Amino acid sequence: MKPELNNLLHSLKQSIIQGQVDEAGPLARKALASGLEALQVIEKACVPAIEEVGRLWEAGDYFLPELIAGAEAMKAAMTVLQEALKSAGQSLKSAGRVIIGTVEGDIHDIGKNLVASMLRASGFEVIDLGADVKIDKFVDMAERERADIIALSALLTTTMLNQKKVVDLLVSRGLRDKIKVMVGGAPVTEKFAREIGADGYGESAVQAVSVARSLMSGRGGSHG
Amino acid sequence: MAEEVLRPRVRFLSQEAVEQIIDEAFELLEETGLFVENEEALKLLEDAGQKIDRARYRVYIKRDLVEQSLKTCPSEIRLFDLDGSREYLVGQDEVHYDPGSAAIKILDSETQKEREARTSDLVTLYRLVETLENLDFQSTALVSTDVPKEIADIYRLYLGLLFCRKPFVTGIFRVESLRPMLDLLVAVRGDEKRLAEKPLAIFDACPSPPLKWSRLTAQSLVDCSRMGVPSELIPMGLTGATSPVTLAGTLVQQLAESFGGLVICQLARPGAPVIFGGSPAGFDMRKGTTPMGAPETMMIDCAFAQVAKHLNLPTHAYMGLSDSKLVDAQAGLETAMGATLAALAGINVVSGAGMLNFESTQSLEKLVIDNDICGQCLRLVRGIALREKPLARHLFAELGPDFNFLVLSHTRKWYRQEHYFSSVLDRDVYDTWTALGRLDIFQRASREITRRLSLYQRPGLCLEKSGELKKIMTACAASCGLKELPAVPEVQT
Repeated sequence: MKPELNNLLHSLKQSIIQGQVDEAGPLARKALASGLEALQVIEKACVPAIEEVGRLWEAGDYFLPELIAGAEAMKAAMTVLQEALKSAGQSLKSAGRVIIGTVEGDIHDIGKNLVASMLRASGFEVIDLGADVKIDKFVDMAERERADIIALSALLTTTMLNQKKVVDLLVSRGLRDKIKVMVGGAPVTEKFAREIGADGYGESAVQAVSVARSLMSGRGGSHG
Repeated sequence: MAEEVLRPRVRFLSQEAVEQIIDEAFELLEETGLFVENEEALKLLEDAGQKIDRARYRVYIKRDLVEQSLKTCPSEIRLFDLDGSREYLVGQDEVHYDPGSAAIKILDSETQKEREARTSDLVTLYRLVETLENLDFQSTALVSTDVPKEIADIYRLYLGLLFCRKPFVTGIFRVESLRPMLDLLVAVRGDEKRLAEKPLAIFDACPSPPLKWSRLTAQSLVDCSRMGVPSELIPMGLTGATSPVTLAGTLVQQLAESFGGLVICQLARPGAPVIFGGSPAGFDMRKGTTPMGAPETMMIDCAFAQVAKHLNLPTHAYMGLSDSKLVDAQAGLETAMGATLAALAGINVVSGAGMLNFESTQSLEKLVIDNDICGQCLRLVRGIALREKPLARHLFAELGPDFNFLVLSHTRKWYRQEHYFSSVLDRDVYDTWTALGRLDIFQRASREITRRLSLYQRPGLCLEKSGELKKIMTACAASCGLKELPAVPEVQT
């Protein structure tokens, strides 16, 4: 590859790692204009960049504002690149389709938004139902959208039990083996997740991505 | 003789900064407005000529309406105890501590692990707090899990009124609960008029940051104000998450939210008692948590009280609590720092004693220790009194080689007023401490709990009113399918 193309990919990667939301989109456009393939740009710049953001978070160097900015910059670049793929008649293989929301009775959505951003940045299709979402809405939407995963957030100990109700409803509707459930939120623990019969638990937004990936790998198939 | 005592004070804002914060809050309400998701409150605002965007529940509040509300709001409130005899001034620089409210867990004394609380835990906590002389108020500090969630807010006040003499800081979880909770208070006082004359409880109402009063909280403001029951406004911005990341920016938002609440209260009934409080926090950008023991949290609290005092309003803050999960050094550090600053800032109602783990856990042992922390803080702000003139010169008249001050009547006269006497802090010499079993403060606190509980006396009025209160509570319980209330532990009277 020509050195200037390499430099361009490097700049794009850096812009995502550094969370430069205004620069990532134009840099992605510039990369395409220079003749690089969209898939190549995603593979060589975007994916390693968001992985680096996750690594910096895990290492304790990045705090929430950097994590969010990284995910937003990734989103800006991916919007440009996905448009290019679409007009070329290609599409990116989805990492999986996730229905996400904060459970009924709970209006806290910061953590949920963060998980949604990180999942999107990592190639998942995310349908965000917002906060204070009724139990059956999760299940209805998951069924309608043929989702792979339902991701449930709760900040309050008083509402975390509603996570269990979603699992229970999936069981009673006979959908439990079709849809995986992952849970998170301040009061939620790995133990609680096991007790309520959820499939996965992530302590942070970065962990949520690896949990979602491992749930998908266990499924054997995914949406194209 | 008149005492000239300097009250030690802490201030975090220049006069210019206070005025800038107030101006920006006015501008914010005029330009950006406030979400008010409550029809009754919106109607009040509309009738007062404010611009309303109905589709979005958004109201733009004019500066002159806020200024008018500031004029009608009382600058001080008087709370009264159960039988209406003891009066507590909430205003000026008076400081009253109370337990942090609405914990969902209790730290078990034996296992030192969190667990859910039941009726007996609430009763024990209430009895203990009655004996803690440095906590002037009770709060409905724990949520009991042996009644349905729908009546948990009413039930904790009900139990409180069965056992406590001290006034309450409380609040609702559901709109439907307000009426029965007010009914309980009216039952104690005799009628609504008497309750308005001698308020027995303060109702907390928390706006949802940024800039929103929900259906529940706005209704609490309207209904409490109409009955003359004090509303305590508790904005809870989290720096950089639900409010601006700068402390000064969060203060602007907190004030705008409070102005909104104040206006609703004053429109519901001019002269309604309102306390400007808060439970903001310096958001932890790593953990995504809300540290109540962080210095930034305390700085916002103190600065906000300074702004509220400038506006001549009663003040409150969530201070003197800890994010630690155990009653350990961190708990002591954070609690003492918050309680001290709150006292120095002259905050009128300081909620937090007993609390751990970001306002979610209560501990009996910590309550006992915090009682000492609060006592020391109250001593601190009583300042250095001059007592006598001359101050000391006359005491040296009998100075000789073996002279000491223990024998002087001057010592006997003043020592109790000059010193705070702790109940659980260790001031033994090493050998005595060893002989007493090398107890740490947690162990000493658990012994102190036993001692204090044995001193508790149930107020006569509680027994007298218990039948009437139970009737109200039983009706609420029946409405959500609970036929029989949990048994209330027998307490010697």
